[in-house]
Order: sequence, then structure tokens, then C-alpha cells
Amino acid sequence: MNNFLSIRAVSRSFASTHGGKPTLALQSTDLDVAENDFITILGPSGCGKSTLLRIVAGLDRQTSGEVKLDGKRIEGPGADRGMVFQSYTLFPWLTVRENVCFGLNERGMARSQQVEIAQSFIHKVGLNGFENHFPKQLSGGMQQRTALARALANGPRMLLMDEPFGALDHQTRELMQELLLGIWEAERKTVLFVTHDIDEAVFMGSRVTVMSARPGRIKLDREVPIAHPRSYAVKTTPAFIALKAELTEQVRTEVLAAQAAMA
Amino acid sequence: MQGSINAAVDLGAVLKPLTPVAPGARIALGVSFFVLFVAVWAVATFGGFVNKLFLADPLTMLKSGWTLLAEMGFAKDIGMTVWRVLGGFVIAALLALPLGVLMGAYKPIEAFFEPFVSFARYLPASAFIPLLILWAGIGEAQKLSVIFIGSFFQLVLMIAVTVGNTRRDLVEAAYTLGSSDRSLVWRVLIPGAAPEICEILRMVLGWAWTYVIVAELIGASSGIGHMITDSQALLATDQIIFGIIVIGLIGLVSDMGFKWLNRWLYPWAQLGR
Repeated sequence: MNNFLSIRAVSRSFASTHGGKPTLALQSTDLDVAENDFITILGPSGCGKSTLLRIVAGLDRQTSGEVKLDGKRIEGPGADRGMVFQSYTLFPWLTVRENVCFGLNERGMARSQQVEIAQSFIHKVGLNGFENHFPKQLSGGMQQRTALARALANGPRMLLMDEPFGALDHQTRELMQELLLGIWEAERKTVLFVTHDIDEAVFMGSRVTVMSARPGRIKLDREVPIAHPRSYAVKTTPAFIALKAELTEQVRTEVLAAQAAMA
Repeated sequence: MQGSINAAVDLGAVLKPLTPVAPGARIALGVSFFVLFVAVWAVATFGGFVNKLFLADPLTMLKSGWTLLAEMGFAKDIGMTVWRVLGGFVIAALLALPLGVLMGAYKPIEAFFEPFVSFARYLPASAFIPLLILWAGIGEAQKLSVIFIGSFFQLVLMIAVTVGNTRRDLVEAAYTLGSSDRSLVWRVLIPGAAPEICEILRMVLGWAWTYVIVAELIGASSGIGHMITDSQALLATDQIIFGIIVIGLIGLVSDMGFKWLNRWLYPWAQLGR
């Protein structure tokens, strides 16, 4: 396997606020991601899966270990790793088009070229006709579609997604999953996708990983034996259900462990 | 009894917490309080409840206001006062904007200036007048300095807080889109804080109006405050009240202008309110 993204012995501990022992959020974690792969990371809340993603994004620093993208150490955030957040992070003072142009503008690209690229991604996420709307005029689903277009338009080498559909209602979420999967099948970007929704993890991922309760580590790593392109109908196939059953068991164990640790 | 219960129900329908009021009704309500205010004033003065020496009636006030404007060159005084407020305020804003933004964006710069600015903010601008007369004389520089001292420190601190409160997830989003530190300030911190900075300017401009009158009460030969001091010597309460009302009206107009400008410049900030 060519290790496009390699996470080696990465751990993260947070200093305690009251002078006590520091909290270990992530214990020594290894993960290799091949180029063009779609990895989903499942785990109970607070298991450190978002922390891991933020370390890859360069928004957080690991306490120990090393993260390399294409052999280069990750030292901070950069345009080569696009990110879609769970919270709505469109710039409220910019229209949909200007939001999608943001990263291109940062690179000093000619205006006409920016608009052309932005338009093609706005089209891909199905937001034609909304180019001049401000984020507050859009529904949550449309805002996340714009955020996806904004991240993709920048041409990142990989896409990091931190429960991007977590705040959406169930129906919108399913449509967004199909939209993202469709785009991934066409563009084959490398994706690291954090979620706590097992259906979502299996449906979207070509590999599913499960993290343990805090302090988190990757305790399970499974190929998803379902061919692409996938339609929503695969959610009722035996292969899907079998994998979902196994993952449900694994995640449940960790959720119970997390609760026991809190009690 | 039935009637009073119905009235209570109706009042409940009109006075629901945080329910918006129709634009027409808003204007009508706003105007009606002015009417009520003048009516109470008229009753108190025309009804002979208050001695004319202490409070002039509305008509006398209007008449002497007209005399002031037509015969005593009060328009020039108004112009001088407006000029002083705007002059001092613009200088303060031009210096406060960059410093406030820098303090909001860069924590070491904030740590350097913030304690002093917080201290200076509580220094009463009017208490500086004797000193400023000593330093700058009784000319325009002294008037502008009072306004400057009164508004600069407030502006800096409030702008710094606004910029520093920028949503962290927007900052992170910008970094993952390839923003440099410098362009983060120009393309995220400043545009995001701009509508609130405009609101701060509007508020502090209102305070600047109170400082200018104080500055003109002492050692001025023109301006609304100067007219008020002169009128005091003559016990001309009608002129004093006219002067005060003129200040109020100018304040009201500039406030409305600022609000309108803010809405026009930042339509996105009005959404979802």
C-alpha cells in the first residue's frame, strides 16, 4: 500500500485546568491512508476522533508522534487539506459564490478563472441559482453543500470531514451522503470522514475504522465489501447489514466503556 | 368586568415578548411619545404650574429659536459645533481603528496596550479641559482634544473586543483554505467585525456630542455650548432649551444616518434578526 497519509504513534493529551493530571484524549494511534481512498472513522463521543482529524488538518498539534502527507510532515493547516466542519463555517459576509472563491482568491488566481471554477463546483453540489445568496438565506443542508463546494474548489489533495452532516435532519443527511459519494466516485479524492453514524460510515467508506472509548485508539479497521458506484439501495443488501451488525456491536462496547469510565 | 378581561387579552396579544412591531406602528409609537412629551411640557408651562423663569414654554422656545437662527447667527454656532464633533471624532476613529484591530488580532499587542487603555478610558474627558487649555489654548485644538480623549480610548477597547471575538471556527476554516496570517486579518477578522465596529462608531459618536458641549461651556467664543453659557447669564431658559433640542435633533439625525448606512453597507448582518 502506498502511504499517502501516514499517522504514526500520534497521541494527544490536554493539560488539566486545575493542575491535576493531564487528560489523554488520544493514545498512540497509527493509521495509513492510500491515495483516493475514503476512510470513515467511527467512535463514541469524546473518543478523540475529531482530535485526530484536527491534527491531520494542522489545527491541533499532537503531543507525540508524526503525521506525514505524501512524505511531508504536517506542521500546520494548509490548502492541500480541505476541511468541512460540523458547525456552519461559511463566511456570513460573503455570498455563496464568494465563499467558494475564497481559497482561490487566497492563491491570487485571476478573477475570471476563480468564478469559472466556483461555478462548476456550485453546479456539482446543485446550488445553481443560489450564487448570490448569503449563508443566512440558506438552509443547513445548502450551507453544508456550499462548504463542500468551497473545500473542493480549492483543489485539495485530501478532504477532511468532521461530522459534516451531523447537524442536518435525517432525510437531508441521506441526500448529502449520496451527493458526496457521487462526487467522490467521480473525482476520487482522498477522504477522511469522522462520524458517529454507522450507516453513514458503511455507506460512504471504502474502509471503516472504529475508535475505542477515551483515550482513543483505532481498534478495528475493515474494508467495505461493496462495489462502487453505490446507490442508497445498498443499505439493505446482506453485505451492508452484516458489516453494520459487526460495527454496531463494536461501537456499542465502546459507548458502554465510555459511560462506565464516566460513572 | 368582561371588558377589562378582554382588554387584558388584547394587551397580551400586542405585548408578546420579542414579537416585532409593524413598521407603520413603530413610527406612530415613536412619534407619539414626542407628542406626549411636548404636551406635558406645554401643560406644565402654559398652565402656570412652573415659573417662566425656570422653564420657558414651547412656543417661546420656538420663537426665540427662530430669533437665534435668523438674527443672532446661531446657524454658525451649530456649524462650529458639528465641525468640532466630527473633527475630533474622525481623528479618534482613524487612530483607534488600526490600533483596535491590531489589539484584537494580536494578543501580545493587546497585552501591551490594554491595561493602559482600560485605565485611560476612565479618565473623564471634561476634567482634562483645564489642562488642555493650558497646553493647547482656548482655540479649536483644545475642543478637538476633548472629543479625542473622550472617544479614542472607548473606541480602541470596544473595537479590540469585537475583533477578538471573531468566531474561531471561521478562523480555522480560513486557515484550511490556505489563508496566511496577514490575509486572515484582512479577509476574515476585519470584514466579520465591520458591522459591529460601525455600531460602536455610532454609539461613541453619541458620547462625543456630550463632550463637545462641555468643552464649549468653558473658554469658547462660538458653538452651541457657548450660546448656552451666554443664555445662562441672561436667564434665557427658552434659548437654552432650544440649544439642547437642536443637539438632540442633530444626534437623532446622525444616529438614523449611521443606522441606514450600516444596513446599506452590511445587508448580510441584518439577515435572520
